[in-house]
Amino acid sequence: MKNRKERIDRGIKARTDDVYAVSGPKEISYILFPRMLLVLGLIISSILANEYWQEVIVSACLIGLLAVSWTLLTSVGLVSLGQALFVASGAYIAGILNYYLNWPIFITIPTGTFVGGAFCTFLLMPVLRLRGIYFSMVTLILPLTIGKVFEALHILGGNDGLSGLGRFTNSTVTCFLAVLATLGCFFGMRRLMATDYGLVFISIGDNDQAAMSGGIDVYSRKNQNVFLAAAVGAFVGAFITHWIGFVGTPAFALDYSILPIASAVVGGIGSQAGAMVGSFIVVPLAEILRTLGGIRMLFYSLALLVFIILLPEGIFKYLERKYHQFERRVKVE
Amino acid sequence: MNEGYILQVSQLNKAFWGVIAVFNVSFELKKGDFLGIIGPNGSGKSTLLNLITGFVRPDSGSILYCGREISAKKPHSIANLGIARTFQMAKAFYRMPAYKNIIIPLCSARARQFRGGVYGERDDIAMDLLEEVGFDRSSGVPYKLTSSLPHGYLKRLELARSLALRPDLVVLDELFSGMSMAEVAGTLPILEKLKERGTTLLMVEHRLKELFRVANRVIVLNYGRKVADGSPRDVMEVEAVKEAYLGSE
Repeated sequence: MKNRKERIDRGIKARTDDVYAVSGPKEISYILFPRMLLVLGLIISSILANEYWQEVIVSACLIGLLAVSWTLLTSVGLVSLGQALFVASGAYIAGILNYYLNWPIFITIPTGTFVGGAFCTFLLMPVLRLRGIYFSMVTLILPLTIGKVFEALHILGGNDGLSGLGRFTNSTVTCFLAVLATLGCFFGMRRLMATDYGLVFISIGDNDQAAMSGGIDVYSRKNQNVFLAAAVGAFVGAFITHWIGFVGTPAFALDYSILPIASAVVGGIGSQAGAMVGSFIVVPLAEILRTLGGIRMLFYSLALLVFIILLPEGIFKYLERKYHQFERRVKVE
Repeated sequence: MNEGYILQVSQLNKAFWGVIAVFNVSFELKKGDFLGIIGPNGSGKSTLLNLITGFVRPDSGSILYCGREISAKKPHSIANLGIARTFQMAKAFYRMPAYKNIIIPLCSARARQFRGGVYGERDDIAMDLLEEVGFDRSSGVPYKLTSSLPHGYLKRLELARSLALRPDLVVLDELFSGMSMAEVAGTLPILEKLKERGTTLLMVEHRLKELFRVANRVIVLNYGRKVADGSPRDVMEVEAVKEAYLGSE
């Protein structure tokens, strides 16, 4: 007689999966608990953390936003390797407006977000018909090429960039703003993906020809998706500009393209929450390993490999499964 | 445009890198007709459907739908005009539960005209359509992940998805392929019901016996050319058709 593990969904999962049919405070707290854990965890840690860790939280939030933006693109089947393009667009637009026109931060960031999003959408419009690796290659090449052109032609200061830009008043304010923006964007995106509008995005990623035959203008929806994703990335860029008071070619850095993907892979591909959870593992892990000096990259890579091999579904999906299911041993003949 | 014609295809041509797929094909379809398109493999049937539904652009010729030229239009525009289609190889949204496959066309410009803005209503429409094509509402099947459904269900899911557009013309590409006898027997009454409702149907099919039960007219294609056009009984007597299917001596 052998035992086998049986996994059974909790009853509440079925009632809260799609249509919310909850009753009583116990079920409401079951739904609210993981959400409040994220909200309160972020707010409390941003208050309690010292200046160094506040900066780590800001970095994690910003990479988390880029990971959410990357996940949004994957929903329509676009795999981007160039989130840095979005970051640089927002960063430079906010920087230019602040440096040359002296526009205040609370105007440069929203302007950088929307104009950056629109600019990137316009830039990517001709390649939206490309599929798979071809789209990825274009998105990888674009920020690298534009960055090199800025460097070679010394555009907007080249490597020296534009410095002395307006900054947030202190690290607590920066951290608070980053946390608020992250929570707003994250819950907003999750809500969006749960609506019919988000469902259409998923359908395009699933089978664009079937979506077309259902009367969906796939090309237009992809443009809208890219705009939303690019606007989130541009917000990150504009935020960084005013966080460090500088904008230059580092805004095109490959880190902005790779770290969000690493976050999404560690957290769980295809899920906004997974992307966010992943960024809060990937970024602090890099900081913790910083004490190891030169060999930290080796440990960092090893840690990521362990995550990928042991939890290929992603840590968030694993935790989600554990939360929604209970396990028991049953006897088998 | 002649009154009563829902679709007029004239002198349609399409070649892929020199290989002729459709050559000078012309036909008309009256409102309420059930037209079958048959022919051996590679005779251009699916290409013809792709041309009509905008998935492939013709090299020359015209396609009038309700008197309106649609040969240069995009697939989604054609779908929104009222031409819905299914595919030879079932194309479904595999990452969603089955009923959500129906919600996608309900988000189209055409479907939004007749569906209310109430959020719950769309689920009811989806369930009604699934029930119409043979999904048991009370079973868990409509809520199952599409990737877990067997082939026969996927084909009927596609049919339901096309019907969600409330189309005037339904284009079916080998709907019965891969279906069991029981599944075909269950699907035929659905097509008959559509016919009774006045929906125009255009169906490519290899299962001739089943097709001839519902189609009132048949076109035969061979090497991209139309070789016969008439009632099912008549076309099978045409020498060119026998030759296309059985070969010449």
